Amino acid sequence: MICIGVMFNLLGCIGLVRLPDVYNRLQAAAKCATLGTCGTLFGIFLITGISPAGIKALLAIAFILLTAPTGAQALSRAAYRSGIKAWKKNGTEDSKEEKEIREAA
Amino acid sequence: MIEILMIGLILCCFLCLYRIWRGPTSADRAVAVDILGIVVIGFCALMLLMTKEGFLMDIAIAWTLQSYIAVLALAKYLEGKNFDE
Repeated sequence: MICIGVMFNLLGCIGLVRLPDVYNRLQAAAKCATLGTCGTLFGIFLITGISPAGIKALLAIAFILLTAPTGAQALSRAAYRSGIKAWKKNGTEDSKEEKEIREAA
Repeated sequence: MIEILMIGLILCCFLCLYRIWRGPTSADRAVAVDILGIVVIGFCALMLLMTKEGFLMDIAIAWTLQSYIAVLALAKYLEGKNFDE
């Protein structure tokens, strides 16, 4: 379990370095690192069992699952409002509403 | 075994530091700081396995909440708003 968690952490950080723009990086890194750290902490719970450290590990898992997606969403919204353009290789265009929002911001 | 896992996490920290160093925009740096905080929590968990000290899990919980507050503050700062909105 801990090995799986550390593997996911490593994959998330490789994604953080390799992917082309902020939104892709945020997606890969937040998902992989959240799952990786939760896996590591759940492995700690499985090893120590019902003990103070194990219960605290479960509590830390609950906090990470609550806070990490919220933080990622706040960061992506801030990046979007501050006018960072998405990576254009797949030919997608901004819709009209998106352009209006970006010009208003 | 634990040493190998810790080396993996140290590699994660260096990848995050690379992104903080080279990040083209400030949002990239904020994302990397977020992920660095999450990696440090896993580091605390592995150190608990090595040393059997119970207080490391307290540090992990506190670090989670502190990292969350830091990320929200960075996001508000990037968005260009005041903190009381």
